[in-house]
Amino acid sequence: MAPIEKVEGRAIPFGLKNVDTDVIIPAKWLKTISREGLGKGAFETLRADPNNLFDQPEYRQAPILIAGDNFGCGSSREHAAWALGDLGIRVVIAPSYSDIFSGNAVKNGILPVVLPQSAIDRLMEVAATDPIHVDLDTQTVTTPFQDRFTFDIDPFRKMCLLNGLDEISLTEKSDAAIAAHEQMIAKTQPWLTPTLA
Amino acid sequence: MTRPRTLYEKIWDAHVVEQRPDGTCLIFIDRHLVHEVTSPQAFAGLRASGRTVRRPDLTLAVPDHNLPTTARKDAAGNRLPIADMESAAQLAALETNAPDFGIRYIDATAAEQGIVHVVGPEQGFSLPGTTIVCGDSHTACHGGIGALAFGIGTSEVEHVLATQTLLLQPAKTMEVRVEGEVGPGVTAKDIILHITGTIGAAGGTGHVIEYTGSTIRALSVEGRLTVSNMAIEGGARAGLIAPDATTIAYLKGRPYAPKGADWDAAVAYWTSLATDPGATYDKTVVIDAADIAPSVTWGTSPEDVVPITGTVPAPDSFADPSKQAAAAKSLAYMGLEPGTRMQDVRIENIFIGSCTNSRIEDLRAAAAVLKGRHKAANVKWAIVVPGSGLVKAQAEAEGLDRIFTDAGLEWREPGCSACLGMNPDKVPAGERCASTSNRNFVGRQGPGSRTHLVSPAMAAAAAVTGRLTDVRELID
Ligand code: SF4
Repeated sequence: MAPIEKVEGRAIPFGLKNVDTDVIIPAKWLKTISREGLGKGAFETLRADPNNLFDQPEYRQAPILIAGDNFGCGSSREHAAWALGDLGIRVVIAPSYSDIFSGNAVKNGILPVVLPQSAIDRLMEVAATDPIHVDLDTQTVTTPFQDRFTFDIDPFRKMCLLNGLDEISLTEKSDAAIAAHEQMIAKTQPWLTPTLA
Repeated sequence: MTRPRTLYEKIWDAHVVEQRPDGTCLIFIDRHLVHEVTSPQAFAGLRASGRTVRRPDLTLAVPDHNLPTTARKDAAGNRLPIADMESAAQLAALETNAPDFGIRYIDATAAEQGIVHVVGPEQGFSLPGTTIVCGDSHTACHGGIGALAFGIGTSEVEHVLATQTLLLQPAKTMEVRVEGEVGPGVTAKDIILHITGTIGAAGGTGHVIEYTGSTIRALSVEGRLTVSNMAIEGGARAGLIAPDATTIAYLKGRPYAPKGADWDAAVAYWTSLATDPGATYDKTVVIDAADIAPSVTWGTSPEDVVPITGTVPAPDSFADPSKQAAAAKSLAYMGLEPGTRMQDVRIENIFIGSCTNSRIEDLRAAAAVLKGRHKAANVKWAIVVPGSGLVKAQAEAEGLDRIFTDAGLEWREPGCSACLGMNPDKVPAGERCASTSNRNFVGRQGPGSRTHLVSPAMAAAAAVTGRLTDVRELID
């Protein structure tokens, strides 16, 4: 998982409220076998409109998405985070998220920034013409026009994102303890390791 | 002296690798069963991060969810292609991923192929006292042989593949004690349906349920797997039944079971696992076996259980207003009127199969009812899907397949089939199915499908009469 510290670039001024995971990635994409390529399915219904925001030249590859309240509600599918990541999104900025979505986002190296609606409104304005700068270390979002918004984030999530640690990487820090358990089993319960007669 | 402990606590304690300050534990996983639907992205994640499978020797892969249950080979023995492209891609992914990561793989056409939860115990891969995970919610099934078994999601599948551990919060313990002898026509499925109806679909939330009592002790391992399979329908995280002489006799000589001196050591350990006298559970429910009738569900929650002699309940017969609303919705979906006798409900489809009820004992029970009889004219679709190739071979050796086909039922290849509406075996919208599977959720057997959960013997009885039927009328 790629670490996140500073992200600068265009932000998609999306702004919709109550965007559910079925809008982020429709159910028909759930039968796929990889995580890559899901970006194609991201916001598929909205992108059926040729004038959609996501496919405007200035927002292609934009690393930031600005959204409305309750982003990522609905089904718990982790595909939503995979699809955003595959689309190139590293940061989402919204007034609130569904718990499951923000958890899945962090697990997949996407920073969910929470800012009040007034800040969102201002960022939407800026995003129409200029880039936005997000700094996780200082927990700030800034614009070329001297706007400066600070955000809160759970220290554990911040640490994971700054270091690019997913849950597996965290568990890998316990490697010695896992190895000790394996050795103990090999000694005391060797029959636990399956062998074909 | 150490504090008396329950079966759950003993297994849990033996698997704690590390405890975090918030009480979460890193739990070592002894067995990981992998199938084609929930694993592709997990393997893709491993590849993307350059990780390997930590313990391929503790992992067993077998396709089951998506596989069509029609013939897998043509007359010349060549493998037949799968028409649905996504299913074919998921199967192909597993076929590549297993050897790439050094995992044991049972091929779709192998004699040992079957539903993961049937294959695990049958191969002796699932053992008492172990921790088992699989990316399927009915992994609780393996609790029937005394294993602590959890269903997990795709991210967790990847976590277990990479680290052979899972982060878990300790569960509370619940005892469901069933005492006494069951009446005629009452099977393990009726016992678990009755339990689910009694404790409710959320009755076991946050708990691991241990099933105890003389009724449970008297069950075969097949029956115990049926009971524990549906622990999840009672909201529990897992189910457990203490390993005993019945369990040990079942496992002896199975392909992956310990052998020789190892076997003796294993048996000694398994025998030590039973809940200590004096150990306490957070919650206990006691059920009298005499109260259990052949049972059937009327709604879209597994707690919607009545005896086959009962009637469809009126929504206002429930005290809880949210249950009243849910019941009204269920009845509208199921197309049922309050007060209708369950035995008057006509059935168009019969499904005998799934990891709940596709073992040899289940097929024998269904065949005993169907022998010398024929399905009713209004039953349009009736299939029997054995849980594994080995169950299929055994059933054929006993002539059960002939009893089914003579009765007008189809005899299929092993797999999950109509349990989940993900492969071609589906129940048409608006039609009813007497099903031996475990979930009667809206759309579970296909969009608009109406499921009545029953035992294999009851499904067979419904096939004969074309309506939900008290199997006791057909047996003596
Ligand atoms: S039969 Fe149904 S519950 Fe069992 S493993 Fe297959 S899909 Fe899951």
